[in-house]
Amino acid sequence: MTGEILQRMAQSIIDGDSDAAVALARESIAGNMDPLEAISKGFVAGVNTVGEAFGRGEAFLPELVMAGEAMKAAVALLDPELKKRGAQRQILGRVVIGTVEGDIHEIGKSLVATMLGASGFEVHDLGVDAPGDKLIGKALEVNADILAMSALLTTTMVRQREVIEELEKEGLRNRIKVMVGGAPVTRDWVATIRADGYSEDAIGAVALARKLMGSG
Amino acid sequence: MSSRVQSISNPKLKLQILSDEDIRSIHEATLRIIEQVGVKFPSPRALQVWADAGAEVDFERMVVKARGELIESALKRCPPAYSLAARDPQQDLPLDGNHVYLGTDGCGVEVIDIASGQRRTSRLQDVRDIARVGDAMEQIAFHWVPVSAQDAPAGTRGLHEIKAIWENSTKHVQTESIYSVHEARAAIEMAAMIAGGQRALRERPVLSLMQCTASPLGHDGGSLEAALLAAEAGLPTGFMTMAACLTTGPATLAGNLVVGNAEVIAGTALLQIAYPGAPVFYAAAQTASDLRTGAYTGGGPEDFLFGGATNALSDFYNIPLSMGSFATGAKEPNWQAGIENGLSTFMASASMADMLLGAGFLHGSRIWSYAEMMMDCEIFSIVQKMMQGIVVDQETLALEAIAAVGSSGNFLTQKHTRRHMREIFTSEFMDRRPYTEWEAKKDGAEDWALSKARRILAEHRPVPIEGKLSDEFDRIIGSVQVMA
Repeated sequence: MTGEILQRMAQSIIDGDSDAAVALARESIAGNMDPLEAISKGFVAGVNTVGEAFGRGEAFLPELVMAGEAMKAAVALLDPELKKRGAQRQILGRVVIGTVEGDIHEIGKSLVATMLGASGFEVHDLGVDAPGDKLIGKALEVNADILAMSALLTTTMVRQREVIEELEKEGLRNRIKVMVGGAPVTRDWVATIRADGYSEDAIGAVALARKLMGSG
Repeated sequence: MSSRVQSISNPKLKLQILSDEDIRSIHEATLRIIEQVGVKFPSPRALQVWADAGAEVDFERMVVKARGELIESALKRCPPAYSLAARDPQQDLPLDGNHVYLGTDGCGVEVIDIASGQRRTSRLQDVRDIARVGDAMEQIAFHWVPVSAQDAPAGTRGLHEIKAIWENSTKHVQTESIYSVHEARAAIEMAAMIAGGQRALRERPVLSLMQCTASPLGHDGGSLEAALLAAEAGLPTGFMTMAACLTTGPATLAGNLVVGNAEVIAGTALLQIAYPGAPVFYAAAQTASDLRTGAYTGGGPEDFLFGGATNALSDFYNIPLSMGSFATGAKEPNWQAGIENGLSTFMASASMADMLLGAGFLHGSRIWSYAEMMMDCEIFSIVQKMMQGIVVDQETLALEAIAAVGSSGNFLTQKHTRRHMREIFTSEFMDRRPYTEWEAKKDGAEDWALSKARRILAEHRPVPIEGKLSDEFDRIIGSVQVMA
């Protein structure tokens, strides 16, 4: 029975079916299954399959994102179960992400957040128009490893520098890695503000986050 | 001495991408979306205008739902034609549906340095230099702020940018980098000084504003308020949708048109409700996102189709269109740049978009390249020639010359040839030399284009503005800094 439900869990991710993933998560809880096994042998197996198909050019971004959303939905139910059992899901790192203050552009930021979540990071998405102190506050609250900031305008991009300067001022810069992104971000800008890196797309962002955590 | 401006006019080619029925369907679908799903207007002022006009306004979520009749009656007040004015009246641009004008693209963040060839961060001096080169090119009819003056303070950057362009060119300036109330107010004041007063500015708007929407179905608050100020002052204003299939728009092109159309006509209706008769334009640069990465592509069959289709919509609403064309995603002036810029420009021109944006960029409107600017201008000239079509009349049928040459000999010495030979296109950058000559030198379009740009930058002297105007502009910008 275990093998069969694990297979269905993987399939729900491959299908990008959040409802099915949630139902299966509930089923596994009701059946007293090990939540860690459900995640790592069931749902993550599905994520890996989609990831491999993507790498071969057979699956595309929407399928990756839907798989990520389904994964997120399942994990939302299984994380509390893990806590109850005093266990913890292995995560690659904790990320706080947002679009900077004064900027309402979100698609790139949301894509990165979803992809990071699907890749095994714990992601706290603060949405758009996020003031620096809110970003830093959340990073402290959840003990974040990475702070990721997006901006679409050169005039709001300057906020990325301000946040880094604030982190430095509060002596937090060594604890928290900073990734930046958005159309106007360039290698020059990253060097100028002494961020830890950037990527032009969500796929690269995951690779960068992995690298920053030393697991890339 | 200012140069004449080239445009595409009296087209002999016609392109129809959407049938009348298709356009009607898109329009009806758009009205249904505006009425049932709503469009986000994150500006208290805009929300109040909508509420006062009888629309259903959710002040909490900042979403407006408006009935079709309200939208349609507002749009009827749009003036169908007007001119963009220039410092030099000879360079005024009538947006009358019979002209296609090319502008520089914007707003990039890096420049391929014209001297060193190195890629570096953009600055205010680049805005001046690009304006000066654009001033000399007859294919460039108006300016956008081409690159961000990243060495100027963020709060007044947009003002430094338009000042820089006005000081280096007599042509019309359209800014896409002013999206705050405090900057819009100052920009209007500066424009009025150039025109000779607020009333004169209405008659001859030397500045126009373009604002980006926030897809899907949304707007930016500062942009809305800047647009309302511009409309009040009589400056032509437009909202540009960049809805992208897959990410910020549906995967199907028609659906993407609906989303973009809803953003644009809702924003345009807002301006008409607040200021009936304000000069407005439709603006669009819709595309399809990359299937693998979701990234902005800057070209592809979808772009080309949108380029040809959008004018059908703006014609339906009877307002001028600003169409994103050129703006290749290529990293250098290569095959990709040629295809993307050639096809997109052809499609937008063949459907008679009034304003084409725009020349000069690589990597999806991010990296300014002077060489690409020159080559884009030539693409425009090629398309312009194509749009002149084939004239068939007694003179062009050339019967006398054909009879004179007969069945041997050639046409080189015919008087008819001499009369018409200059109508044949001469390319500046296509390589038509013998193969061996190319083999010996291995140079080409990019080299010649860069040389041309360097020459222009070194030699061209635009007509300057009065010294005291520059000082006044500095004063205005300085006073804004104090307030912001």
